[in-house]
Amino acid sequence: MAELHSPEEIRKHVRVYMMVFGSLAVLTIVTVSVGYLKLPIVPAMIVALFIACIKGGLVGSYFMHLITEKKLIFWLLIASAVFLFIMLTLFIWAHNSQEGGYLVS
Amino acid sequence: MDIPYTVEARPDTGVNNAKLGIWLFLASEIMLFGGLFSAYIFLRIGAPEWPGMMAGHMYGRASDVLSVPLATLNTFILIGSSVTIVMAWASLMMNRFDKYRLFMGATILLAFGFLIIKGIEYTSKFSHGLFPSESNFLGIYFVLTGLHAVHVIGGIIINSYFLGPGTKLWKTNPKYFTNRIEVAGLYWHFVDIVWIFLFPTIYLL
Repeated sequence: MAELHSPEEIRKHVRVYMMVFGSLAVLTIVTVSVGYLKLPIVPAMIVALFIACIKGGLVGSYFMHLITEKKLIFWLLIASAVFLFIMLTLFIWAHNSQEGGYLVS
Repeated sequence: MDIPYTVEARPDTGVNNAKLGIWLFLASEIMLFGGLFSAYIFLRIGAPEWPGMMAGHMYGRASDVLSVPLATLNTFILIGSSVTIVMAWASLMMNRFDKYRLFMGATILLAFGFLIIKGIEYTSKFSHGLFPSESNFLGIYFVLTGLHAVHVIGGIIINSYFLGPGTKLWKTNPKYFTNRIEVAGLYWHFVDIVWIFLFPTIYLL
């Protein structure tokens, strides 16, 4: 984000921020509307998380300026995602290795 | 080893130290919330009913227990606060300190609004005997939303400092001050992103 310097450039970005805000508001309404449809759990989860990913992507890309960020930050985020995936895989492995599951009695 | 505070991008990393530091911190936060989201997933797939039996009642959906309208309002509040904090930073970049104060003040007010609504939600649950010990659903609900609320409180403290005593730096070194607001903003946006995922996961599914 260090590339943004001139006030004119910032003003352009302010317009983008407003558009992102509008998009986030609309997507929130869509999320809630889909929730009220009371879909079966799997499609409901797919739709809800898909919309959440878009919203998170908008906040990350534009408000956190990831769209213009340096490679190092991306590598950092990729490393986080990989570690998260490894953690989840370990949980799945532990869960499946327990007969009948162990999480809920 | 001396790590100087500088707002210039380092030639080796391509970013300034403060930005690299906050992103490293946020990476650790991803793991923290990721672990709890994993706990939620496994509690859920292991449960015969979700949310299940609580205080003598059987609930088929989370939205039957939790207030979706209040959570939706809180979503709008946090999204709004993300806009106001990025506008606070943009105001500093345009050398408009008066507008910065306005937007940072609005961010703090919105954060308090979020906590007040969260308090109303919690009070309502407690008054109906719905405590974290009542069920796995309530346990993970209170842990996830409680930890998120702690992060909101942390954001309020940081942002209040930069609206109050921290503003002295603007007079002596505006570049440093703007850099600090950008870093504080990155933290606040992360808090917003966590809520963006918490809201549908906990309240709507």
